[in-house]
Amino acid sequence: MAIPPYAGPLETTWYFTFRFLCACIFLFLITPILVIIPLSFNIEPYFTFTSGMLEFDPDAYSLRWYEDFINNTQWTHSVKNSFIIAIASTILATVLGTLAALGLSKPHMPYRSLVMGLLISPMIVPLIISAAGMYFFYSNIGLDQTFLGIILAHTALGTPFVVITVTATLVGFDHSLSRASANLGANPTTTFFKVIMPLILPGVISGALFAFITSFDEVVVVLFLAGFDQRTIPRQMWSGIREQISPTILAVATILVMISIALLATLELLRRRGEKMRGISPG
Amino acid sequence: MANGNTQGEVVLAADGTPLKESLNKAMRKNRIRALLLVAPLFIFILFSFLIPIFDMTFRSVDNWQVGTLMPNTSLALKDWDGKAIPEEAVFEALIADLKAGAITREIGKVGTRLNYEKSGMRSMITSSARKSKKVKEGPYKPIVFKMHKKWKDLETWTVIKRNTSAYTIGYYLNAVDLKFDKSGEIVRQPENRQIYGKLFLRTFAISMAITIICIILAYPISYLLATMPLRYSNLLMIFVLLPFWTSLLVRTTAWIAMLQSQGVLNDLFVFFGFIDDANRLQLIYNLTGTIIAMTHILLPFMVLPLYSVMKTIPPTYMRAALSLGANPFVAFVRVYMPQTLSGIGAGSILVFILSIGYYITPALVGGTGGTLISNQIAYHMQSSLNWGLAGALGALLLGSVLALYTLYNKIVGIDNMKLG
Repeated sequence: MAIPPYAGPLETTWYFTFRFLCACIFLFLITPILVIIPLSFNIEPYFTFTSGMLEFDPDAYSLRWYEDFINNTQWTHSVKNSFIIAIASTILATVLGTLAALGLSKPHMPYRSLVMGLLISPMIVPLIISAAGMYFFYSNIGLDQTFLGIILAHTALGTPFVVITVTATLVGFDHSLSRASANLGANPTTTFFKVIMPLILPGVISGALFAFITSFDEVVVVLFLAGFDQRTIPRQMWSGIREQISPTILAVATILVMISIALLATLELLRRRGEKMRGISPG
Repeated sequence: MANGNTQGEVVLAADGTPLKESLNKAMRKNRIRALLLVAPLFIFILFSFLIPIFDMTFRSVDNWQVGTLMPNTSLALKDWDGKAIPEEAVFEALIADLKAGAITREIGKVGTRLNYEKSGMRSMITSSARKSKKVKEGPYKPIVFKMHKKWKDLETWTVIKRNTSAYTIGYYLNAVDLKFDKSGEIVRQPENRQIYGKLFLRTFAISMAITIICIILAYPISYLLATMPLRYSNLLMIFVLLPFWTSLLVRTTAWIAMLQSQGVLNDLFVFFGFIDDANRLQLIYNLTGTIIAMTHILLPFMVLPLYSVMKTIPPTYMRAALSLGANPFVAFVRVYMPQTLSGIGAGSILVFILSIGYYITPALVGGTGGTLISNQIAYHMQSSLNWGLAGALGALLLGSVLALYTLYNKIVGIDNMKLG
């Protein structure tokens, strides 16, 4: 939307005002995330820029909070827990979700929209309600304060994303390919791994990423279900914010931002790959 | 299906069975295969999610305490007409129940349950149960009257009688600021105890405000993103997607760093002399903090659907309107905006659904003035342990979310939901 050569003064003013407004909104979106990165190198235990930091005095910066993070067993423990829980629930959610999406995309699936609605429901029900329900039920069957309980809960919360992304990939799937494969003598398993899987892989991976981030970032269910031994990073941040607020949280936050940038880049690469496979390239 | 089924002439498949039958068989096989693929996840979701949710909403009507723990009294009260203090037989049953309850130590649950309906009942029940151990023989009526003076109140008996039934609407009444009065009629709570109605209204009002702010902020940037060449818009999209992918707690922490009174924004204001050091603005731990942080968190959910709708609008429509003599403003309002309504609708419902159920951010930055209904549910779950009320509030919240979701499904369709 370049400014046209025939634009009058009013249009030029509006053009720049509009651009300025948009810039402000983009700033609103990105500033908080960028601000915490330098703050996490603050040598003082403050949440704001000291005068030394503004003068770029090297003594005002330090890795103090990162050291604190690495040397604190509570934090390192929570990192381990987060990864165990997120990886286990991602694998479960991806397998269950992909199978279900394959079933849902078959033209003969009965009660399709009802089943789809029920399978998607963990994404729609407010987390506090899910957490409360799971808390009662999982306590009754002895799954509270166990890794298994949290993994199952996070799997339930992550599957809708896998179902949605894989179903979306399957919308454009040409079913004659699997018929051709069967016609050429492949059994259903071979057909699945050699023909279907490579084609829907981008959808499966992005669904898995969503499931991973859902579990990795989830705190409400963990608040209700986890005991001290199952504390995850977000749970640790939660008590960090509520109880002893220290810039270690900012160091952790910075690391998490780096992880999200990596995730974002992976997704972008997947999208490009998908476009290339379909023969569309960005203009 | 035109299968020439005339005069007993049946079309046969290759193996000799009638074609129709063979086709049905194949269809059934396909259907079963599809069901088998969906079954594992369905069973998993049923047990790990749907049954727990159902279990929780069931608690909002479940009323087992009095009927189970005071079986004799419940039975004796069955034929009581509620017009006067009951007969001796009821008191005999009451003493038996109190004695049994004092031994098993379960009677406190009855006290707690009845206390939700009328305060003071818990201490009446527990102290009477303690005293009941010494009671040897009747007549029991005067003994019970001596245990606690409230046993002489007709209302005490009305409350007990009402709660002998296995289900109650009491928690729901409480959740919408109603209660039973002395005679058992449903009336409004006194003014100072009407908290949940206000809280629901506030939750809806805050969610509405956040939705509107999101529309105002998302509209220009979505327009910019949709009309720019793809090379630049893909880059700018990072500004939307990075917050979207960043941990919720990171973003909340970031806003605490930005907004607190010794935080970045206040320091900036002081530096530029907008405010002086003594009067730093209170931007967080109140309603303002909740609205700012939640708008930031939910804005991508508005931008993404708006962007995808705007992307499909051909620029020629605007050009046509302009060339037909409309001024740019009129052309925008009458030609462009109506085409984006579906995007606004989808984004608004999404943001609204997400914000009325929000818990984390209001709990961390909301202080006392910026908390929502979910914080109250968490309070009743974890602190007051009034699980029935938590269930009722949760069920009401769930009901409103599901109603909105149905609307979303009508407008957008769950199949068209786009992620990332």
